[in-house]
Amino acid sequence: MSAITDLFSQEIRVINLGLEVFAQNLERLCVPVIHMQWSPPAGGDPHRAALLAALADEDEEEA
Amino acid sequence: MNPQTVRAVVKRSTYQDSVVLLALARQLRAGTGVLEVAALMGTPSNRDLLAQSGLLTPEAAAAGANDLVLAIRANSAVAAEGALSQAETFLMAKQRRLEGTGRPLPRTLERARRHLPDANLVLISVPGAFAAMETRKALRMGLHVMLFSDNVPLEEEVALKQLAANKGLLLMGPDCGTAILNGVPLGFANAVPRGRIGFVAASGTGLQHVASLLAAQGEGVSQAIGVGGRDMTERVEGLMTLQALDALGADPSTELLVVIGKPPAPAVREHVEARLHALGKPCVAVLLGKGVDARSDGTFLTVATLEDAAAAAVALLRREAWRPRAFRAPQAEIRRRVQEVRQTLASGQRAIRGLFAGGTLAHEAALVLEPLLGPVATHLAPGSVGTHSVVDLGADEFTVGRPHPMLDATVRAEEIRKAGQMPDLAVLLLDVVLGYGAAPDPAGDIAPAIESARAEAMACGRGLSVVASVIGTAEDPQGLARQIARLEAAGVWVLPSNAQAARAAACIAGGEPILRLLLDAREG
Repeated sequence: MSAITDLFSQEIRVINLGLEVFAQNLERLCVPVIHMQWSPPAGGDPHRAALLAALADEDEEEA
Repeated sequence: MNPQTVRAVVKRSTYQDSVVLLALARQLRAGTGVLEVAALMGTPSNRDLLAQSGLLTPEAAAAGANDLVLAIRANSAVAAEGALSQAETFLMAKQRRLEGTGRPLPRTLERARRHLPDANLVLISVPGAFAAMETRKALRMGLHVMLFSDNVPLEEEVALKQLAANKGLLLMGPDCGTAILNGVPLGFANAVPRGRIGFVAASGTGLQHVASLLAAQGEGVSQAIGVGGRDMTERVEGLMTLQALDALGADPSTELLVVIGKPPAPAVREHVEARLHALGKPCVAVLLGKGVDARSDGTFLTVATLEDAAAAAVALLRREAWRPRAFRAPQAEIRRRVQEVRQTLASGQRAIRGLFAGGTLAHEAALVLEPLLGPVATHLAPGSVGTHSVVDLGADEFTVGRPHPMLDATVRAEEIRKAGQMPDLAVLLLDVVLGYGAAPDPAGDIAPAIESARAEAMACGRGLSVVASVIGTAEDPQGLARQIARLEAAGVWVLPSNAQAARAAACIAGGEPILRLLLDAREG
């Protein structure tokens, strides 16, 4: 809750993942933004990617 | 005549987003001798599309989801080679621009955060199948998320929103098209001033329409929070709506709340209404569903259209009286215009066909039309003579392997052209959405198709009326006045809101009985 009200008093600083046009729009408005060079994980296979993500989650929980 | 040639190249592990691919394909299509261009990622569904267009060469057939496929049909081998080398130049220029800082772009959130310390929001628009995992990572890092992607499973949405709520973070979406935080427009959003109205919206184009109408009346946005279309369903329990309401309730710059969505599940409605009353700030709720009528409970107003939401919000803030109006222009003017248009119609022309880029705008138009004219179909297939239809061309079935119609008007322009061949069609009803993220000239993209449909109908001895509304502001990159002028030059009747455009269409199709109903009943 408080994190959202905190956000209202901060400068919006954006990490953009996906459509580059959204980062370009923000740049034009002088909003701090970094565009990520994203590509689909696991060679673009959603099922394998989900499995890998679930494994990473387990590792994180054990850590 | 030269035989046609098909050439394809596959660029391994070269991911490009759909907007970049659209720009590339457009540029290549303009090349001399180029007949057809496909620039897409080699996913199974895209390979099917290539096969259907006869562009699936053996190289393309072997491409994977992370491989970029460029396939060209041209009238000579030289023209095809020319297009491929132009593609190479395009992609290299793009890469140089992206790496203009001299640093490689980050590939992980952790690295991105090092590039941009104090980043506080992640805007995610990757394909839906990968969106949930990226969102989870961002939330775990304590970052707020705007999730533009659609096709995220409902159970994932619930889990992600629970995670966000536990951490007190915003998760706007999935399928959140628009948000405005601290004056910063995110996704598809219009250039609106900052002000005293806070939004919680389950609909992107709905939010765009209300915020733009408010801007025209000198009212601005404090914060506009998108929650995604399913937030107020029973399964999601309004998780993000409630978070957003609490935040706006505590926000001193928000004096009035506007809630936009479909009618919530009963249990959710109870929660949301209780929360709204507890906040003690005036509220306007526009609930786009059947049988929703305007009702007032002191400073809590429920209204049935987006335009009414804007008008009611202004009235509440300025302590003015308010009542819904069918049209903003004088009655006599509406009557004259409708009668003028009706004179050009042949006797069998009765149907309305809505072709929309905005899903909520399509939904609202159908809700306005049905009580006046009877059932409205929501599919493109032709029905019986005189059947009305309103189609959302941004729905999943039209956007597989293609960008949204707010970015690429190709599919809509094709459908508009076909309208000239429909002998029972009286009115074509359209929306044009401006703002950041939308195409640079949305009116110009469809105007030639409108002109051709009207000319074709005219050649067959009948008129074709085209009615539209333009969602946007004078400050938008496309310019509201320029866009309206382009449509009017193509013979379009442009009305000040989507609901008014739908009512004007109903008057044209239904004639005097509808005119009487709308003009006399509502304005006496």
